[in-house]
Amino acid sequence: MTYAVELLNITKDFPGIRANDNVTVRLKQGSIHALLGENGAGKSTLMSILFGLYQPTSGTIKVNGKEVKINDPNDATQLGIGMVHQHFKLVECFTVTENIILGMEPTKFGMVDIKSAAKKIEEFSKMYGLNVDPYAKISDITVGMQQRVEILKMLYRNANILIFDEPTAVLTPQEIEDLMEIMQKLIKEGKSILLITHKLNEIKQVADECSVLRRGKYIGTVNVAETSTQQMAEMMVGREVNFKVEKGPHAPGEVVLETRHLNVKNSKGVLGLKDFNLSVRAGEIVGIAGIDGNGQEELVHALSGLTSVESGEILLKGENITHTSIRDRFDKGMGHIPEDRHKHGLILDFHLKENFIIHEYDRKPYCKNMIMQQDVMDAYADKLIEEFDVRSGEGKDSLTRSMSGGNQQKAIIAREIERSPDLLLVVQPTRGLDVGAIEYIHKRIIAERDAGKAVLLVSFELDEVLDLSDRIVVLFDGHKNGEMLAKDTDDKELGLYMSGSKKGSEDE
Amino acid sequence: MKNKDALKISLLAILFGVLLGVVILLLTGRDPFYLFYGLVRGASGLDLIKGGSINPRYIGEFIVASMPIILTGLSVAFAYRTGLFNIGAEGQLMVGACASIATAVLFPQIPVVHMLVSVLAGILAGAAWGFLPGILKSKFNLHEVVICIMMNYIGMYLANYVYVQLPGSDTSRTALIPESASLSNSFFESLTNHSRLNLGIFFVILAVLAYWFIIEKTSFGYGLRATGFNKEGARYAGMKVERNIVYSMMIAGAMAGLAGAIISLGTFNYGRVLSSFENYGFDGIAVALTGACNAIGVVLAGLLFGLLKVAQPILQSVGIPKEIGEIISAAIVLFVAMQYGIRIILNKLSKLRHKKDAKEPKGEKSV
Repeated sequence: MTYAVELLNITKDFPGIRANDNVTVRLKQGSIHALLGENGAGKSTLMSILFGLYQPTSGTIKVNGKEVKINDPNDATQLGIGMVHQHFKLVECFTVTENIILGMEPTKFGMVDIKSAAKKIEEFSKMYGLNVDPYAKISDITVGMQQRVEILKMLYRNANILIFDEPTAVLTPQEIEDLMEIMQKLIKEGKSILLITHKLNEIKQVADECSVLRRGKYIGTVNVAETSTQQMAEMMVGREVNFKVEKGPHAPGEVVLETRHLNVKNSKGVLGLKDFNLSVRAGEIVGIAGIDGNGQEELVHALSGLTSVESGEILLKGENITHTSIRDRFDKGMGHIPEDRHKHGLILDFHLKENFIIHEYDRKPYCKNMIMQQDVMDAYADKLIEEFDVRSGEGKDSLTRSMSGGNQQKAIIAREIERSPDLLLVVQPTRGLDVGAIEYIHKRIIAERDAGKAVLLVSFELDEVLDLSDRIVVLFDGHKNGEMLAKDTDDKELGLYMSGSKKGSEDE
Repeated sequence: MKNKDALKISLLAILFGVLLGVVILLLTGRDPFYLFYGLVRGASGLDLIKGGSINPRYIGEFIVASMPIILTGLSVAFAYRTGLFNIGAEGQLMVGACASIATAVLFPQIPVVHMLVSVLAGILAGAAWGFLPGILKSKFNLHEVVICIMMNYIGMYLANYVYVQLPGSDTSRTALIPESASLSNSFFESLTNHSRLNLGIFFVILAVLAYWFIIEKTSFGYGLRATGFNKEGARYAGMKVERNIVYSMMIAGAMAGLAGAIISLGTFNYGRVLSSFENYGFDGIAVALTGACNAIGVVLAGLLFGLLKVAQPILQSVGIPKEIGEIISAAIVLFVAMQYGIRIILNKLSKLRHKKDAKEPKGEKSV
C-alpha cells in the first residue's frame, strides 16, 4: 500500500500546552481520510504542520514515501499539497480567474495573460464537474461556488493531496451533496483527500478511513465502513454521546413575541422580509428554517433593533417595541445569541469578564457612581465560568480573542441565559462547534424552553431546526412559506418548502 | 502580556531612533558624543564638558516643553481608544489658548477665580472644537480626519483674529495678561532658577490621572473601549455608540484645549498671533503612538519628545545641527509604526534563542 502522506509520531508543543501528542495519520493514495476531533483537539495544528505553517517539535512527515521537511506553505505547494480553508481566502472584487492565478500569474509580453488561464480553469472545471464561470466576480457568486473556486485554486497549482478544513460548515444541504460528489470525482482522478470535520454523517458518506484526535492525543484510526457514527462520536469525546435531543412535550403558554405584517429592507435597500407574521409563545421553541439569504438576517436584525423596520409591528409581551432602542429591548426581556459572534457577540479584545457584563456594565451592581466594581465583575465572571463550563487559558482574565470558538460561544450563551430573558433569540448557535459543545448548547436552549421562556431559533442546519423546534416556520424569498409542527414534518418536506418548490400557506 | 509587548516595541523604537541619529552624525563627520551631551544638558543642565553642577532651570524648561505634548498626546490617545483619529489637537490647542487669553484679558481680576475661569475657558473651547468633528462623524458619518484638518486651519485663523481684536493687542501679540489670571508661580520660578515652570504642571498631572481613571475605571471608559475595539459589537450590546463618539472627541478636545491654556497662561503670559502651526498636535500623535495610548506611556513619551525639543538649541551651540532632534523624533515614530515588522524580528530572535538553548547541551563536542 502506498501512502500519499504520512504524519508519523508528530508532537507539537506550544508554551504551556502540547497541541499534538505523538499523532500518526496516514493518508492512502487515492482515498479520503477524515480527521475527526472536537474544537481544540489539535486538528488544525496538525494540518498547519502539514501545510508548513508550524514546525513539529518532533516526528517526521513523509510525502509519497519520501521523508520531507516543510518549512512554509510554498514548500507544501511544491510537494502538491493544497488546502481549502474554512474561511475562504478570496479577493471579493476580483474575478474567479484573477483569484485563482493570484501569486503565479501567467504572463505574455509582460502582461497578465488572463485568457489562457481562464481556458485552463474552464478545462479543470469541466473535468471535475465544478461548473464555475471563470469570468464571474467572487462577490456575485454563492458561497458554494466560492468554495469550488478554492478547489480550482488547488487544482490549478497541481495539488494531488487536498486538505479540506470544515468544508460544509457554510453550505446548504444541496451544496453539501454537490461537494460530496466533487470529492468522489477528485478521488477517481487520483487525488487524495484529508477531510477535517466534526460532522459524522459526512464522514460516513464519503470517507474511507477516519483518524480521531482528542485533546491533542491520537486515539486511533478506524475503517469508516465498519464503524458506526455512534462509535466514532464516542472516540471523539471520550464518553457516550446523546445524539437525540431529549425534550418533553410541547406546552405553549401566552404569546411573548409577535410580528405583524413586518417589512424590512436588506443592506442593498430592497425588501428582504415581506409581510411577515409570526408568534412565539412562552414554553416553545419556534424554528425558522430556510436557506441562508431568504430573509433570516433581516428578521433577526429587525427583532434585535440593529436595523429599522420599513413597516409593520413587533410586539414583545404585548408591548410595541418596533421603534425602541436595542438597549430597551434587552431591558424589556429579550436575549440574543447572534449569528456572528466575532462581529456582534463579543468584544474580542476585552477580557472574558468584561464581555459577561456588556449589557449591564453601567448599572448596579457592576458599576456604582460611574465606577466599575472590579470585585463584583470578577465574582460574576467566576460564577458564569463555573456554571457554564467556559474554558480558557487564564480564566476570567483571558483575552476573549485567544479563546476557542466553542468557548466563545459558551460565554455568549452564559451571558444571555443568565439574564433569564423571556424571549431568547438564537441564531446559528452551534455553527462550527463540535459534538460535545453542540450537545451542551442544545440542552441549555431546551432548558430555557422548559423554564417557560419563548425561544426563536434561526438556523441553516436543518437537523438542528428539526431536533430543537416545537413549531417550524419556513422562510423563502422573504416570505413565510409554510408553518408546521416539527413532529408532523421531516427534512424532505421542509426542503421542498425551503426551495420554494412547494407553496405553503402564507398565514393560517 | 500585551502591555509588555507594547513597552518592548516602544523601547526598541527609541533605541533604533537614537542609533539612527548616531549613525547620521558619524556619516556627516560629527562626534556623536555631543548628541548625548546635548540630551543630558537639556534634561538637567549638567555640562559634561566643562563639568559643574545640575542647573534646575534646565529641568524646569524641560518640563515646560513636555507639558503641552503630554496633553496633546493624551488627547490623541483618548480618541484613539474609542477608535477615532484626532488629528485636530493642533486646532483644539489653538482655540483653547485663545479662549484662555480672551478670558484672562476680559474677565474681572478676582484672585484664583480669574485663573481657574481662564483655564476652564481654554478647556471648554478645546472641547467645542472636538465636539464638531464628533457630531459630524456620528450624525453624518463624515470622516473625523478630514473635518479635523479643516478645523485646524479655522482654529488658527479664528484665534489670530480674536487676538488682534482684544484691547491692548498689536499685530503680532496681545498685551500681557493680568497676574491674577497667570499660571506663573514665583515659588516654582525660584525653585528652578527662573525657568518658566508654572502651575500648569498640576493640571497636567490631573489630566493624566483623569485619563487613566476614565479609561480604566469608569463605566464610561468601558463603553468607549468597547466602541473602539468593536463598534458593531458595542452597538449590538445596546451601547450608544454615536454618543460615545461625540463625548470622546469632546474630552480629547478638552485635553488639547488645556494644553493651549497652559502655553498661553503659563509659558508666555500673552497670546501670540501665529502664521503657521507649531506642530503640538502632530507631536501628540507621535507621543500617543510611542506611549501605546497608555497613561504612563504617554507621560514618558511626552517627556522624551520634550527633551528632544529642548536639546535642539544646545546641540546647535556645540555644532550639531538641531535638525538631528527632529530626525530622531521622526525615526522613533517610524519605528513604532513599523511595530509589526519589529514584532516579526522579535519572534524570529526568540525562536533562534530557543533553538540555541535546545542545541547547547548537545553542542559540547563541537565547541
